[in-house]
Amino acid sequence: MPALLRSLLSGAVLSGTPLLYATLAELVSERAGIVNLGLEGVMLMGAVTGFVATARTGSAALGTAAAAGAGAVFNMVFAFLVIRRRANQLASGLALMFCGVGLSALVGAPHVGSQIAGLPELPIPLLADLPVLGPALFARDALTYAAVPAAVLLWWVLGSTRWGLGLRAVGENPVAAFAAGRSPHAVQYQALVLAGLLGGLAGASLSIGIAKTWAEWMTAGRGFIAVALVIFAKWHPLRAVAGAFLFGGAVSFQLLLQARGVPVSPFLLDMLPYLLSLLVLAVGGGARRHAAPASLGRVFQGTP
Amino acid sequence: MKRTRIATRTLAALLSAILLLGTGGPGAAAGLKVGVVHLGSVSDGGYNQAHAEGVQAMKKNLPGVEVISVENVPEGADAERVMENMIKQGATLIVAASFGYLEPALRVAAKYPDVKFVHPGGYKRAPNLTTYWASTPEAFYLMGIAAGKTTKTSKLGYVVALPISFFLANVNAFQLGARSVNPKAETRVVFTGGFLDPAKEAAAANALLDQGVDVLGVIVDSPITVVQTAEKRGAYAVGYHYIGAQKFAPKGWISGIAFTWGNLYTSFGRQVMEGRWKSENILGSLKDDFLTIAPFGPAVPADAVQLVTATKREFAEGKRQPFPGPLRDNRGVERVKAGEAFPLTELRKMDWLVEGVIGQPR
Repeated sequence: MPALLRSLLSGAVLSGTPLLYATLAELVSERAGIVNLGLEGVMLMGAVTGFVATARTGSAALGTAAAAGAGAVFNMVFAFLVIRRRANQLASGLALMFCGVGLSALVGAPHVGSQIAGLPELPIPLLADLPVLGPALFARDALTYAAVPAAVLLWWVLGSTRWGLGLRAVGENPVAAFAAGRSPHAVQYQALVLAGLLGGLAGASLSIGIAKTWAEWMTAGRGFIAVALVIFAKWHPLRAVAGAFLFGGAVSFQLLLQARGVPVSPFLLDMLPYLLSLLVLAVGGGARRHAAPASLGRVFQGTP
Repeated sequence: MKRTRIATRTLAALLSAILLLGTGGPGAAAGLKVGVVHLGSVSDGGYNQAHAEGVQAMKKNLPGVEVISVENVPEGADAERVMENMIKQGATLIVAASFGYLEPALRVAAKYPDVKFVHPGGYKRAPNLTTYWASTPEAFYLMGIAAGKTTKTSKLGYVVALPISFFLANVNAFQLGARSVNPKAETRVVFTGGFLDPAKEAAAANALLDQGVDVLGVIVDSPITVVQTAEKRGAYAVGYHYIGAQKFAPKGWISGIAFTWGNLYTSFGRQVMEGRWKSENILGSLKDDFLTIAPFGPAVPADAVQLVTATKREFAEGKRQPFPGPLRDNRGVERVKAGEAFPLTELRKMDWLVEGVIGQPR
């Protein structure tokens, strides 16, 4: 039993970490009123840039920074389209996603099969030796350690700082925020830079954290799962932690059941995370107040 | 509505123009023009790259061969259009390098009877369409022998994309090979549900290693993640598709299998150039050099290497079968009677996992 628990926890953290970064990225952008379906593309650009930078320089730290930077830069294409050009967010996002899939494949092609050491594991003395929790929680790489603190930090920023409150105001009612002296467009640009950084980190945690390889479209839909997880988390950073690790846990749980030879069809087991999501939505759905930012999907058009 | 339609048409026209521009256009020297259609990227370090390298080998071996190659072509009407486009550019040999290109290739082949088509894994032919494949179970059996001799826990694991018959056959052959040298050997299988999702493959590999498995094999498009994960946790690894994967596991590497299409493609090209090409159904194997076995790693005992070499010879001479009866599946149902062997031409009907494999075939 402790062995099973250790496996499960370890797998949940592994699968949940990139999802958490991605969910936080989408959350920041949606709190500022912008739905970003291009997150998958942003993650891919982060993943490929991080991998190439790590392969070229040999430094996973530089790779991580490059991934975050690339995510932010790529997200600026989206920002220009939806903020400056006032293009439709859903269409722009999907276009950005496909653009990211193609561009990352192009950039990554010469580096398929390159070997990197990736982010090193940094076991925390004493804590890493704890029986069940140790290997799962305290013998991880820096990106994994930073994921939950990033969520807490974001929660604090959005809930308690002037900048965060302004960002939320823009997502709820940009006209009122404008009247209060904010520039909605400037705030949305800033939110999308932050979202790009986080999306790039999500990609880095896949390519140089977990897999230590680059493969075309290696995000495999995680950018879209993150969009769903934001709704699941009711746009709250701390609930995003629960959502990401619950979903990651369900993914690793089904793999674990297969490895243990449970006599259930692998097709059914592969549905498990999604069934769980449906269940949670069904149970928790009715009681909640509407939590979506009021101006989500609409871009500030200026005042009359 | 109208605007989108115009936009779509403009886009399609633009794409075909790019396609034509990018590949040289008409007026090439005499020789052979070969059109190659790939499902994925030719630098995937796996399935597509193997076909692309085969075509490159043909180009190198046969002076006068010119290659038109298009990547990332969806299986369906797009594939037909790409093939027709290649034919209009003068291609007289088309390599439709994915299983799902069979129907499109057959339709285009009917329209252009003078053009020759070759298709990997196809189960239907035409007078101008040859099918070919490399039978993999013998090679997986050999991997099983090496793994069964190397393992310390007698627990082996496989990370597999999907439970499709060819993959089940490979896992079965691996288990039978392992059990032939190690009666306690068992193989656990985890299906990831996709051909390439490295993060999920890492999670699957960890789940298997947590069960005490100390040899990991892999059947997805690129073996890199699983091989690396095994090495990191001190386990052994068996690769697939990409012989270079060895560098990711300097300590734990056992061996691996990769497709090598160069000689076959060269013979296709030569036959077309000399006008003696004919429609065939080719099922090759290790002895035809359609498959290569990677060098063995330092962990593999010497007697295992000798045994693999001897067994390989027996397969080539037809003295041995990878699926000899009697065989039961892992639910206890008899699948192959004593004295018979499961025919390698019927692999698409293998929808069960053999006794000793822990996993669900569907």
